[in-house]
Amino acid sequence: MSGIVKRFGPTLALDHVYLQIYSGRVLSVAGENGSGKSTLMKVLAGVHFADEGSMTLDGKPFAPKNPADARNCGVAMIHQELSICPHLSVRENVMLGNEKHRAGWIQEHTSDQLARAALEPLGLADLDLGRPAKQYPIGVQQLIEIARALASEAKIIILDEPTSSLSETDVVKLFAVLKELRSRGAAIVYISHFLNEMREISDDISILRDGQNATEGPMDQFTDHDIVTAMVGRSVDDLYPRSNRNAGEVLLTVDRLAGEKLPADASFSIHKGEVFGIAGLNGSGRSELLRTIFGLDAVKSGQVRVGSFSGRATPNQRWQEGIGFLSENRKEEGLAVKLSIEENLVMPKRPKAWVLERQEHESATEWVQKIGVKCRDTHQRINELSGGNQQKVAIARMLYAGVDVLLMDEPTRGIDVGSKAQIYQLIDELAQSGKAIVMVSSYLPELLGTCDRIAVMHRGKLSASRPSAEWSQASLIHEAVGASA
Amino acid sequence: MKKLPKSITGSLGLVAVELVIFVLFWKLIPHGGFATWTTIEQLTRHSAIVMMTAIGMTFVIISAGIDLSVGSVVAFSGITAAVVLKDHHSWILALVLATGSGAIWGLINGLFITKLKVGPFIVTLGTMLIVRACALGLAHEQSVYSPHSHLDVLMKPVLQFATPFLASGVWLTLVAAMFFSIILAKTRFGRRVIAVGSNESAARLCGIPVERIQVLVYLLCGFLAGVAGILSYSQVTYGDPNAANGLELSAIAAVVIGGASLLGGEGTVWGAVLGALIMQTIADGTTQMGLPHWVQKLVTGCIIVIAVGLDRWRSRRAQAKAA
Repeated sequence: MSGIVKRFGPTLALDHVYLQIYSGRVLSVAGENGSGKSTLMKVLAGVHFADEGSMTLDGKPFAPKNPADARNCGVAMIHQELSICPHLSVRENVMLGNEKHRAGWIQEHTSDQLARAALEPLGLADLDLGRPAKQYPIGVQQLIEIARALASEAKIIILDEPTSSLSETDVVKLFAVLKELRSRGAAIVYISHFLNEMREISDDISILRDGQNATEGPMDQFTDHDIVTAMVGRSVDDLYPRSNRNAGEVLLTVDRLAGEKLPADASFSIHKGEVFGIAGLNGSGRSELLRTIFGLDAVKSGQVRVGSFSGRATPNQRWQEGIGFLSENRKEEGLAVKLSIEENLVMPKRPKAWVLERQEHESATEWVQKIGVKCRDTHQRINELSGGNQQKVAIARMLYAGVDVLLMDEPTRGIDVGSKAQIYQLIDELAQSGKAIVMVSSYLPELLGTCDRIAVMHRGKLSASRPSAEWSQASLIHEAVGASA
Repeated sequence: MKKLPKSITGSLGLVAVELVIFVLFWKLIPHGGFATWTTIEQLTRHSAIVMMTAIGMTFVIISAGIDLSVGSVVAFSGITAAVVLKDHHSWILALVLATGSGAIWGLINGLFITKLKVGPFIVTLGTMLIVRACALGLAHEQSVYSPHSHLDVLMKPVLQFATPFLASGVWLTLVAAMFFSIILAKTRFGRRVIAVGSNESAARLCGIPVERIQVLVYLLCGFLAGVAGILSYSQVTYGDPNAANGLELSAIAAVVIGGASLLGGEGTVWGAVLGALIMQTIADGTTQMGLPHWVQKLVTGCIIVIAVGLDRWRSRRAQAKAA
């Protein structure tokens, strides 16, 4: 790809970007959100048209008209957003857009074989091909989508943040498959926000910044610090700020809490001015624990005590008791993406039965400034903001509602390094000001960096908590996979 | 273990509902007046028009769309048939033009929805009025009387146990249901309709021509409404510009009772056909019992809410069990 230019209205998303992708190598494309890496990949995969510039594939000019065209030429992309048709069966999802047919009639037998062959290396050989995809957990659905790219026998496979909803074990499987594909001569383009992932899988790296090439070269010539500096264009010295925190009185106590399915048994208590981390694999019941505490999922047994309140409660009561919840699923559950910043902010706490627009506007403006949300004004719609700014709005909403305990489920999922640093900063300031924060995360360095204490969830059971300094990434994983000490 | 396809197992519950309702009327109506061949034959004829329309509507609803114009299209197609028969005496020409006009209205719906990016509810709400107006205009707001032709035979009552047992229009409907249920389950087109309704952006990213699929779906729905228009003409053997008023809602109800979700991705042709049959059984049964018209509406309304509620409850439980 050379000299690629892409404009969206007045915005210049890509400014004469070039990229070379070699067969038999894995290339990481890094950059902050909005740096143009997803756009560049979409041009390559035929989703977007380039306004200028050209691409050549195996020495021939390459200008895909649409995703199907690109795939026929051997370029397959796994998109950041989950692209599964929930009602279609596993087989149909793997073969989607590439159905094996004779005169329009689906050839079930051939489809079965191809789907099976694509799923097998991902460790999903036992999947029921006829079952609707929606009956499988998100992680499996993500793997089904990856199988779709494998089934099309692509020469170039683009993965845009494929691991955001995968557990550690699935990531290991995925990397094994990618390495296998590489050795068979496929070219792989890998996009991720995780430096350790990029380092593990990539041969080369190319870094974009503000729609332009920042730098590129073999992976082993870059230190983490080099990469981050090239991405943000300035040196990020301390990603995880942690001031001295003083834990105060107990704000929230969870005693032997069990939900209908998950969690099975969880106890912990959290103090004022403390950040409490929960690690564990996907599906171990971390999100369910937060949801049960917040009253979204049913409690089977056990106690939740908030200050002087105890017992079960609805989310509405929890807000009043001073507990806020940040969903891991920002777009679908966390924020009303079509409404404005202002409307989202005031949602849990409408001041009066009547909507007082001026009052709402004033308090929204105040919080937007306090938290540092980059936006035109508070009337801007949520889906026009970057992921990091959306997350800041979600956090501001909890503060606006005046909560003392913030339950955060994957607060930095899918947002870029620069914004992550700001979120960590924010979390630190909140703890400093006496809030209590419970944080669930799959990204261990961030847990170790931000939390005071960490407990690990394994098959629905929460381990005893220990101070962060006593944990390491290795010991957390050890505990999470349930390996005996 | 070879399991029965979902299209069949999913419909068994509806067959049971239909049987329960039928037996109920059989016991309630004195002298077993409901369980006669005449009643059954009549019931199939009465429900054929909604069934035929609901087959097309199934495809539209699975693709996460809606078509409110089908009632008007049925009337327009019936008028077209009557006018052609009156002026040209050719039943073949009438057949071709009536179904063709239905297909063209469907195509117009599809093009408006995909090219102008207006929601299907709005577009078809508009065409519902436009097509009805065209039907009224074409008929000069009067019934159009036409000479007898082969088209009359479609919905002619069949004498007891005389071959072919059911009216030929009913057979046509059943063959269409069979054909299109296979199209939905076994062809690339069918899968793609489900994909578009299930997750449109995913379908687009997988290179499925989403717009073309949508246009085809509305075209198909219009075409089948055109065929239903012929049936509607045949039922009374004249063209009535006010025919099939509110038919679109019956067709949507039939599809929904049949297990479809208005959010798209789900639904079966046989479910919709059974849904139409269930509603007509209630209508005919209450009429035979001599109950007032409002009771019939009340019962139908309750059945819709209960049937759909039960179905959602069942699928939620199945999903909770699977997860």
